[in-house]
Parts: sequence; structure tokens; C-alpha cells
Amino acid sequence: MLSMSTNNLSYSDQGGTDSAVEVGQETTPTSSNAGAGFGLFSVDFKKNEDLKEMLESNKESLKLEAMKRVVGLIAKGKNASELFPAVVKNVASKNIELKKLVYVYLVRYAEEQQDLALLSISTFQRALKDPNQLIRASALRVLSSIRVPIIVPIMMLAIKEAASDMSPYVRKTSAHAIQKLYSLDQDQKELLIEVIEKLLKDKSTLVAGSVVMAFEEVCPDRIDLIHKNYRKLCNLLVDVEEWGQVVIISMLTRYARTQFTSPWKEDGVFDEHNERAFYESDEEKTRDETEAKPYMMDPDHRLLLRNTKPLLQSRNTAVVMSVAQLYWHLAPKNEVSIVTKSLVRLLRSHREVQYIVLQNIATMSIQRKGMFEPYMKSFYVRSTDATHIKSLKLEILTSLANEANISTILREFQTYVKSQDKQFAAGTIQAIGRCATNISEVTDTCLNGLVLLLSNRDETVVAESVVVIRKLLQIQPTQHSDIIKHMAKLFDNITVPMARASILWLMGEYCERVPKIAPDVLRKMAKSFTSEEDIVKLQTVNLAAKLYLTNSKQTKLLTQYILNLGKYDQNYDIRDRTRFIRQLIVPNDKNGALSKYAHRILLAPKPAPVLESAYKDRDRYQLGTLSHTINTKASGYLELSDWPAVAPDQSVRNVEVIEPVKEWAPSLGKTVKSKPAKSSDDKFYSDSGEEEEKGSGSSSSEDGSSSSSSEESGSDAESHVQKNSSQTSEESDKSSSQSEKSSSESDSEKKERKTKTPLQKKTVKPTAKDCDSDENGNVAKEANSSSAEESSSDSESDSDTHTDSDSGTEHKKKTKSKAKPKVEVKSTKDVSLLDLVTPAPVTQHKSSVLSPSLLGDLEGLSLSNVSSTIQLSGPAFVPEKSHDLLHRMTGKGLSAQYQFPRQPCLYQPTMVSVQISLTNTTDHPLEQIHIGDRSPTGLNIHCFNTIECLEPEASVTVFMGIDFNDSTQAANFQLCTKEDHFSVSIQPAIGELLLPITMTELDFRKEQGKLLGMNESSATITMAAENMTSQPISRPVATVANLGMVPSSQDNVHRFAGKTANSGAVVLVTVELRGESTALITINTEKSVMGSMLLRDLKLALAQA
Amino acid sequence: MINSLFLINPSGEIFLEKHWKSVVSRSVCDYFLEAKEKALEPEDVPPVIHTPHHYLISIYRDKLFFLSVIQTEVPPLFVIEFLHRVAEMIQDYFGECSETVVKDHMVMVYELLEEMLDNGFPLATESNVLKEMIRPPTILRSVVNTLTGTSNVGDTLLTGQLSTIPWRRAGVRYTNNEAYFDVVEEIDAILDQSGTTVFAEIQGVVEACVKLSGMPDLTLSFMNPRLLDDVSFHPCVRYKLWESERVLSFIPPDGNFTLMTYHVNAQNLVAIPVYVKQSISFFECGSDGRLDVTVGPKQTMGKTVEGVMVTVHLPKTILSINLTATQGSYTYDNGTKVTTLWDIGKLNPQKLPNLRGSLSLQAGAPKPEENPSLNIDLKIQQLAISGLKVNRLDMFGEKYKPFKGVKYITKAGKFQVRT
Repeated sequence: MLSMSTNNLSYSDQGGTDSAVEVGQETTPTSSNAGAGFGLFSVDFKKNEDLKEMLESNKESLKLEAMKRVVGLIAKGKNASELFPAVVKNVASKNIELKKLVYVYLVRYAEEQQDLALLSISTFQRALKDPNQLIRASALRVLSSIRVPIIVPIMMLAIKEAASDMSPYVRKTSAHAIQKLYSLDQDQKELLIEVIEKLLKDKSTLVAGSVVMAFEEVCPDRIDLIHKNYRKLCNLLVDVEEWGQVVIISMLTRYARTQFTSPWKEDGVFDEHNERAFYESDEEKTRDETEAKPYMMDPDHRLLLRNTKPLLQSRNTAVVMSVAQLYWHLAPKNEVSIVTKSLVRLLRSHREVQYIVLQNIATMSIQRKGMFEPYMKSFYVRSTDATHIKSLKLEILTSLANEANISTILREFQTYVKSQDKQFAAGTIQAIGRCATNISEVTDTCLNGLVLLLSNRDETVVAESVVVIRKLLQIQPTQHSDIIKHMAKLFDNITVPMARASILWLMGEYCERVPKIAPDVLRKMAKSFTSEEDIVKLQTVNLAAKLYLTNSKQTKLLTQYILNLGKYDQNYDIRDRTRFIRQLIVPNDKNGALSKYAHRILLAPKPAPVLESAYKDRDRYQLGTLSHTINTKASGYLELSDWPAVAPDQSVRNVEVIEPVKEWAPSLGKTVKSKPAKSSDDKFYSDSGEEEEKGSGSSSSEDGSSSSSSEESGSDAESHVQKNSSQTSEESDKSSSQSEKSSSESDSEKKERKTKTPLQKKTVKPTAKDCDSDENGNVAKEANSSSAEESSSDSESDSDTHTDSDSGTEHKKKTKSKAKPKVEVKSTKDVSLLDLVTPAPVTQHKSSVLSPSLLGDLEGLSLSNVSSTIQLSGPAFVPEKSHDLLHRMTGKGLSAQYQFPRQPCLYQPTMVSVQISLTNTTDHPLEQIHIGDRSPTGLNIHCFNTIECLEPEASVTVFMGIDFNDSTQAANFQLCTKEDHFSVSIQPAIGELLLPITMTELDFRKEQGKLLGMNESSATITMAAENMTSQPISRPVATVANLGMVPSSQDNVHRFAGKTANSGAVVLVTVELRGESTALITINTEKSVMGSMLLRDLKLALAQA
Repeated sequence: MINSLFLINPSGEIFLEKHWKSVVSRSVCDYFLEAKEKALEPEDVPPVIHTPHHYLISIYRDKLFFLSVIQTEVPPLFVIEFLHRVAEMIQDYFGECSETVVKDHMVMVYELLEEMLDNGFPLATESNVLKEMIRPPTILRSVVNTLTGTSNVGDTLLTGQLSTIPWRRAGVRYTNNEAYFDVVEEIDAILDQSGTTVFAEIQGVVEACVKLSGMPDLTLSFMNPRLLDDVSFHPCVRYKLWESERVLSFIPPDGNFTLMTYHVNAQNLVAIPVYVKQSISFFECGSDGRLDVTVGPKQTMGKTVEGVMVTVHLPKTILSINLTATQGSYTYDNGTKVTTLWDIGKLNPQKLPNLRGSLSLQAGAPKPEENPSLNIDLKIQQLAISGLKVNRLDMFGEKYKPFKGVKYITKAGKFQVRT
């Protein structure tokens, strides 16, 4: 470009034709040909003069017109640098379009005209302070794009400031600016890393992708910066924009390879186990596996795998590919295959995408045939495919070939061999050769097929066949002398030198097997020697030498004749070879020592060639990378490290969040705590009226994370419930209109109802819980109605929908957040549904490191502080223990386990929700898994939807609701597959029939006062002294029973409250520590049977503790 | 990431360049042009080229090469996907993506490219965000612009880019609120000589045209979602809900977009709507051959097959052909690829269309090894061949009543008959 510009200037001195500007434009050459002629350049110059005038005029429209033409010049690759002074004056223009064009120009030419560019800096510095975030952002963007070293300090300052800007958009821009500054001045690295560190902590999805990009560019080795942000990034991932996803995923792949241990060891051992664990919560797995297995996947490792999986459905092919490579490099071997389908889907995309994806599949299929075998037909070649696509498909088909499918593949290959594209046909023949060597069963068939091809009319095909046959024969030299004979027969008709040479070589190598034919071939060659190609001549000499050694009687003269011919050949290679051979084989006085070994030199057994894939060694590069595609290390390629033998400290990823733990503690006042931080965020959004958009975003990101902390598949419904709270009135409409769903009118109806906003809420739902303030009343009712009205899971999904869209929600949200703290107190029973939100129920006492920090992350993400307040009545602890429902032996391969997620049942409030994990351990899919007969007949069960098909090795988690009617009587029902019925039963522990509630200490005492005498049962137990502090008490209690903690003013008294699922009877538990090692447990409930059973369980548990 | 972009026409002329980092001399394209020379067809140019200092990643689309220059490691699909988005954006803005269109709107394309990447990293690729920044040209607007001197650059502040729903802009208003969905299914199939199916599958796509005011929240459900085996969604679709309940719940972008693409469960047998009887033979001696192709309806579910077209890729040695068609017309192209395109139109089951005649080979040319394959194109209105049916569409969040419509179309995708 620079050279062009000097050209232009020097030419322009001579310029001076007066052709009109318009004409000049039309005749402007669009090619890059710099030497197109003087005239053109002078026109350019003339035009530029003209443009200068226009730019300096006072009319906005003229300036704009001029700028447009200038940018047009830039776009065409023309030089417009001499207009710089004229253009830069307009940088402060009020006209946005003009300004933008000036920016475009500046960014393009500032590097070349540094001094002049400085004139514009002050404008940007001013704009950086603009109240409008977009102006700030665009100023930073342009400022950082001006590659002028002198302004580095200014840029640094601007970046630092922008990194702590209120607006995430500006922060995003600053992340981009980091990379620009770094490429301009590498000395700033340390300072920039500080900024990156800061931005990595950012919780906005807008920033995440950009800052990780900056991280990758500036300091990819500072893996320690990621630790604390790892979980956050995993959880945000789904909501990051698609391009950011690609970058984050590839960074996390590298990260994971340094931080976790390999999941690939002892494949067989944990196969089945892992598969199941995939669908379970992390806590679940850690515990299970510590007991049983030596390998334990780090929960963070699992988190990454789980959070990336939905991205396989992305429309962006790059995202799909990056998830696929993540699974390939990180997932346990048995899980990798879930990416297959998505990769095959990408094959429908554009040709270039196909090319890259096929390359990666080619590498994958060498190592893991099984992954793509079911999709073999997707790799069939069409005559319309581009050449490189064809050969890749061929490659993959060859890799996929095995004993079972080889016949199909060979039949397919037969079609390809006939292809008009001869290059492709030749490739096919090589592929057949590879199949033949890999699968010994078909070697003969392939050989015969190839021999048939020898009579093909096309030379390339024949030549390729000969070469491949030669390789095959070399591998299996013992038989097939008839094939050699056949080839000798064809020899006259074959003209391709390579093929002729191959046949000659074969003759020589196996001349002992065709003793009669070989000399005859040599005779023919002697005749035509002079007219052969070099390569053929060389092989003729070779053949002659070999025959001379084995059959000198017949061929002595012939050999000498050929050697004589060779001696005077034009090609020095051939002359050299001839001389060498003559000295070697023809005995004379001088060389006696060597000729003794001639036989061993010439007829040494040669190793068979190995026919293998060209993609064999590509796996040294990370899949999906440029390096993999070009099969050399691209600059900036970051090696994927090997798994560490011992996992580095896991706790580095813990984020210090003591506060959340405190917040869960049942003191109401504190719950508001998280609010200030949030509201500052809101402030920014409120001005642009986007509160609800942000809301939907952050809450959906919470979906991801909350479900990740509980369970994979079924739980999404629950996570939406948080939103339900604001929308419950529509919700109930919905469930009522559910029945009419078939009628097409219902949506209009719904709309109508929706218009009756809060007012309706009050009137429609008569609840006992109406209380003092309006807003409180609303909210309480909402919660109530949602728990009462929810009859099918369908309704939740819809309600999620609402929140996002309804612009009216905004004010509601506000009222809600105001009302929240009180709700707690008032609506003791009704809040239960909201509890569902509770992410990773309080496991602060548990060894698992995941949940507290996860919650910390979540907290930052959630828009309203609903979740943190409500947590109080969430389950204090979810035991990971799952029970066998159906053993795989009795279930003929279907195994089922159940556990109590301790979440209020969505289907009916009186039900207890049960989570069932079904695993297919057979080798064939199980179909139509559903629930059949049940007993006792009155048993109220909400079945899960029939599972149409469960693939082998796959498992699925489903939810059902069972109304145990507040008794521990087992629920018996039949689990049916298409063919079988298995009777199973679920026997609940008494503690699972409860739902936790919160109340103040005062309320607790009040309630307790009502439940004395008959309703009270108590016992004194002995327990170890070190367990007398509060934590160890609450843990065993929470393990045994699903109770909520009640704040207590006394240190030695611990209170827990819950209600029975079916009747809603209050259950109050008091544990009073007395003296050294005794404790008094008191249970107050009107269900005295339950009380005594619970007492028994608690006694047992606390005595152990 | 992406350093520069060059647009190159098939004859090798660079007619637009854009740099997002330091300027890369356009001489870097020479490596590409060299590779292009070597390739027989533009499609055969390798998408990734390795040069001493740069990596060139290119796509060929709409008879244009989009060539990007890369300096460091980057996932190639990332670049390829982006380049296709650029092409789609041009298409979206100007109605078509071609050299003339780009040349006519050079400045606007350049401005768009400026907005799409920052320092080589995608910044705004959603069409509605871009449209808010730079308004697409319309005839009316261009007239107004010339009269008033106003411009196409939006002066409003973009909200789309800042929101977590970047695909929809705020404040959309329509007088007629309508939502149309096209379920388009394509049959990819390979049939062998005898007409048996070697390979067949159905790929579908749900294209939407949604013109609704405000922030509508739509839920689309299918009668038989179990048919769908593998799906990919527009980012607006809530994946969790799909996973749990098999409904598509989304806040739609404004205007046209692809809601989802899907692949129909491989276990279901694919109904092949037409059969083809063909015989193409070349006589052993002499330089003649015969071609006889008949197309007839097979499993059409009672619908009419329309837009039937047969493309025959003939061997290069064909000199001329002399055919007669009982229905429709045929054209013969003797360029780099020798093809015959037979445009049949509607299939009439009573009177099957037939194309027959003689082929003459170049004198002395050997009898072609392989018989040419036929590519079939067809269209069936009001039928989704997989049997997929939309159950209902619900709208929440807005109070008006939208007009809703669903259309089904079945097309032939890569439908090939081997002979």
C-alpha cells in the first residue's frame, strides 16, 4: 500500500488533465494493477483535489458525498491518504454518518500519518466521558484502532477506565481494545493483564467472550487467572453470543486439560457408572464414586461437559465444532459419541464447512470407528461433490470399514471406480487397497476386483490398480502367482509408466514363482528398452539383474544386452544404475568380494508397505483448529497439554463466598444484602428501558446454572418457576385453559384475561393469605396460586415465556422485590413453590466444593434477589443417596434408581417428587418405558411421560410425583417396557414426606404452644461432645428430614420446621443441647405417628453424629 | 482473528478489500489466484490455503470468492461461518449477493463490514442490529435521501446490541401483525440403477417470517415432535424447553429468519415421491449412444409433483445430442461440464413425461466408462414428506391477535439417480 501511495504521488505531479470527476470514477480501474497508466493516476489525483474542496466546504451534504467517495476508494484498495488533513478536520462533526465515515478513514490511515492523526485524539478523549454509553464505546473503539505508538499511554488510561465502566458494552469494547493495544506495544503486557484479570471477573455475558479472546491473545499461559472464573464462565456459556462461545470453549478445553485428571483410564470400569452420573447432580456422583471407584471426575470437569452439551444444537457451525472437539478431548470415551449426530448434521451445510468437518471426522474415525459407523451412508459420495470433499469422504469410508460393513462399502466403491472423475477413481482404488489390507477376510475379493480393473479402458485406473495390487501382493507374497501371470499378460496393453514399472518390479521380486514368464517379459523389454520411460528402464535393469542371479542360464545374454543399452542411455541415473549392477552381478576379478553378496543385496526380503490413512498423525493437533486443517503448526497455536497425572488443587476454583452461606442462615434481615450490587446494574438498564430484557437473560442463565447444580434433564421446568412468581395470574389462566388447548380460540381468551392485570389476581383467587399491604397480598397469592394451580408441567414452560416478553412485568418486578422480605414471614406455607429456585441446595456442610461458589456465581447473575431470600425455605440439604428401584439383573438390563430431590412437586402440591434415573444396560434400545398398574389402587401418582426409546448405554432422568398420603406405606407400581413389566416399589423415609418451611422464632413458639400434650413427643439422647456445635446438628437433622431451619436466639437450642406434604400439618423439631453430651429432641406435630417415627430416625442419626 | 477480507470475482479481480487490523497487501491474494487457476471448477479451490506468512480461508458463494486473511491460529469454521454471514448479510440488505450489487453499494458494504468486526472479532452479526445501525436501502428511501440529504445511517442509539435479546430490536410496530412459518423438507437420496434406494434422508427447515409488533413471545408446537431426530435452533429458541417439552418457545427476530433445522429420524423410511426409468447406453462400435428417461410419480400422498427438473451430467466426450421431450423442454450446455437440463414442470400421472433421443460422441473417443448420473429436482406443495405437522402457535406478551399461517413444502435436496 505504501509503495502504491508513493507511486501515486509521484505520478500525480505530472497529472493535469481536466477530465471530469464523474468520468474518472467510471474509468477507475478496479484491478490492483498499479501500472495501469499515467492518465488514470492523474485522474485519481484530480479527483482527490476535488474531494478536498468538497471536504473543506461548509455544506454538510457535500462533505458527506465526498467522504462516501473517499471510503469507496478505500474499499477498492485505492490510496486516499493525501486527503488526511482535509478529512481529519471533520472528526468532530455533528452528523453521525459523516462522523462514522471519518472514523473509518482514520482507522485506515492513522498508522501512515501519525502526526496528523494526533489531531483527532482530543475529540475521542472528550467522547470517552460522554454520558451515552454507545458514544463512549465507539470513541474507545476508534481510539484503540488508531495504531499510533505515541498514544499508548492515553489508550492504556482509556482502557483502564472503560474496564470499570457501568455499561457492559463499554467494558466489552475495552476488552477488544486490550488486544489492539497489546499488538501495538507488547511492553504493556503486565498492565493489560491486570485489566484482563479485572474483566474476567465481569459477570456480563456481553463481556465474557471478548475478554477471553483478549486473554488468549495476551496471556494464554496465565491459566491461574481462570481458576476463580471457571465456574462462572461455564455457567454463563449458554448465554454468551455465539462467537464468544467458540473462544471460551476452546480456552476451557485447554484449561481443563491442565486441571483435571484423565477420564480415560480404566474405561471399562466406570463406563456404566459415568453414563448414569451424567444425568445426576455433582454431589451425587462425588459421593457415589468415592465409595466405589478409584477414578472420580472432578465436579468442575463435569460442569463443563454438561454446560457445553446444549450448544451442540447451535446454528453456528463453529460452535458445534468447538463443542465436539471439547468432548473429544475431555469427555470420557463413552460420552464422546453424543457429538456424532451434530457433526453429521453439519455435513448438510456449505461446502467449506463440510470440508473442515469431514477433515475432523476423518481424524476421529481413525481412532473411533464406532462413532460414525451408524452414519456411514452420510459419507456416500455424490457425483456433484467437489474433489476435496470426495476424497475426504472416501477417506472416512475407508476408516469406517470393518468386517460387517465391508461388503456394502465395497459395493459403493465399485460405483466410484466408474466415476468420470478419474482422479477420484484412482483414489477409490487406493481406498480399496487399504480396506483389503485392514480386513483380511476381503483381501482376496479385493485383489480379484482389482485384477478385473486391470482390463479397464482408462489408464489411470489401470495404473493405480497395478500399483495397489503390487502393494497387496507384497503384503501377501505367498500366493497369487496367477495374478502375477495375469499382469504379465496385460503388460503389453499397459502404457502408464508407473504401472509398467510396478509390474516389472513384481516380476523381478517374485521371479522364482513365475520362472517361465519372467524371462519372456525381459525379452520383450529388451526389445522396447530404448523407447521406455526412465522409471521403466530402471526397473528393467533391476529385473534383468535379479533374473541373472536366479536364472542366469536363460537370461545371461539378455541381461548383458540390456546392460549395454543402459550404458549408453541419455539419462545418467540409468547409466549409473547400469554400471553399478554390472559391477555387482557380473563376476570379474576385481569385485569378487561384493558379487558374493549380490544375491543377498538384490533379493533381500523387503518389508511390506503399510497402507495407512493420511490422517493418521493429525491427532497431534487439537481438533477444529487451523493447525489441524493444514497439518502444520500455525503460528499462535497453543498446544493441548497432556492430562496431569495428579490433579492440581481443586480448591483454587472456589470463589470465596462466605456471604451466601450466611444468607441462607435463617435470619431474614440479611437477605436483602445482595441487593445493592444488583441495583447498580439495574440503574444502567433502567434508562434504556431494558430491565426486562436483562432479566430474561440473566434468569435464563440461571436456568443453566441452577439446573446444573441439581439435575440435568428434568429440572428446567423448575428453574423457571422463579419467573412464575411474577406471572402467576397468567399461569393459572393457562392451566385453566389447558383443557381447551385444542380449541384454537384459547389464545385470544388468554389475552383477554391477561389484560386484567393485578386487579384480577386479587379477585380471581380467594386465599386465606390476604394480608396488610396490597403488594404483599399479591405476591403471597401468586405464590399460593402457583402452588395450587399448577397441574401440568406444560404450564410452566409457557409462563417462562411470559416474563421475557411482557413489557408490563417491569413494574411488577419492582413491586415484587420490594415486597419480598416480608413475604417470607407471611406466606410461610405458600412460598414453597418458589423454593424450587434454590440452586444447589445448601450443601455448605458437605465436602463438595462446588455448590457454595456456584451459588455465589448465581447470585451475581440473578436479576432480582428473589432467590436469595427464598432460599430460606428451600431444602436445607439434599441427600445424594439414591435407592435402587430396579436392579439391572431383575430388570433385564433396565436399571432404575430413585432419589428424593426434596423439591415441592410440580404436579400437585400434595405429592412428593421423586427423581428416577433409568439406565439401559442392554445392547439394544428399550422402547416405551412407562408406568403401568399401581397399588394400592387409590394411589395417586403423576407418571412421567412415556419414554419412546432408550438407547443402549443411555440413561434418562425423569420426575414423578407420588402422593404418599403422609404415610410411609410403600408406593407399588409397575415399570413397563414394550415387552416387560417389572413391579417396583418406593418406600419413602418419613423425613422425605415433609417440606421445609421458615418461620420466625416467635411463630415457632406460637405454633409449638398449640401442639402440646398428645402432639408432642420427645427423647433424650447422648451424643459426642465435639458435635455440640450447631453445624453438626443441623446436618444430620437435614439428612434425615426435609426441614427448614428456624433462627434461634439461644445457642444450645436448634429449631427446625416443616410441614407434611399431603395434609400440610406443621412439624416442629427442637433439639436442645444439655450439658456435656446429652440432647433433648422434641417434636411437635398433630400427626403423632409421624412424630414418633421421625423421632426415632432423628435419635438414630444424632446418636451417630 | 480475521485480518482482512477480499472480495474476488470468478475472473480473479479483487473488487473490495477491508482490513480490520494493519493493512495486508493485496498481493497475498496471488497465492489464492494461483490455487484457483489450478482448480478445474471454482468449487474445487481448497478452502484453506497455507502461505508463508498468512493463512487464506475462502468461501465460494453466489459466484463470488470471499477471501479472508488470517495471521494466527483460529478455528477455520469460525472464519468460514463468518464469511457466510457476510454473504447472507449482503443478500439480506440488497436482495442478492453479486458483484454488481456490492459494487453499487460499495460504501454501505464497507460500513457494514466495519460494524461486523472489531479488531477481527465479530461484534455485530445479527441482521437486525446491523439494520438499526445502517438502514438497508429502499427505493423510497433513496429518493427521500437524495431530496432531503438525509442518510441511511441510523442516528438512534442501538438498543439491540446491548440487550440480551440481540436478535430483536425494540419498538417494532406493524399495522398487520402476521406470523408465517414454512416447513420446508428436502429429500436427500441416492438411487441406484434399479431404482432401489441406496441412501435417503429428510432434512427439514422451518423458515419463519414474523412481522409482529412489540415483544411477542411465541410457542410453536408440533403434532409429532418425536419425528425430529437432530435439531439446531436459532439462538432465540429456548433449548431447555425443547428438551423437556418438545415445544419451540421463542421471542422471534423481526422479519425473515430460520427458526430451526432438523433431521428426521433415520428409522422412518423415507418416501421417495418419484421414480425414474432410464436407460443410457453407448454402442460399443461407432460413436453413438441412446438416452431414454421417464419420470413418474411414486409415493406422493395424493399431491401433485411440480417443478420437476432432471439434470444429466454427460461425459465430456459427447459432441452433440438430439433429443425429444414429450413434455417440457430441455437445454443443452456444452461448457466445462456437459449437462442437459430437462425442465418438465408438473407431473401428470396419466401421461408420463419422457425424454429420448440419440447422443453422438466425438469421433474416435472411447465409449464412456460410467453412465452419467441424473440429478432430480422437484417440489410438492402442501406436503411435508416426513409427516411433520405443526400443532399450534401461541403468542404471549402482546395483546393483539396475529394472523398465523403455516405452509408445507417438500423439495428434492441432493437427489441423485445413478445409472
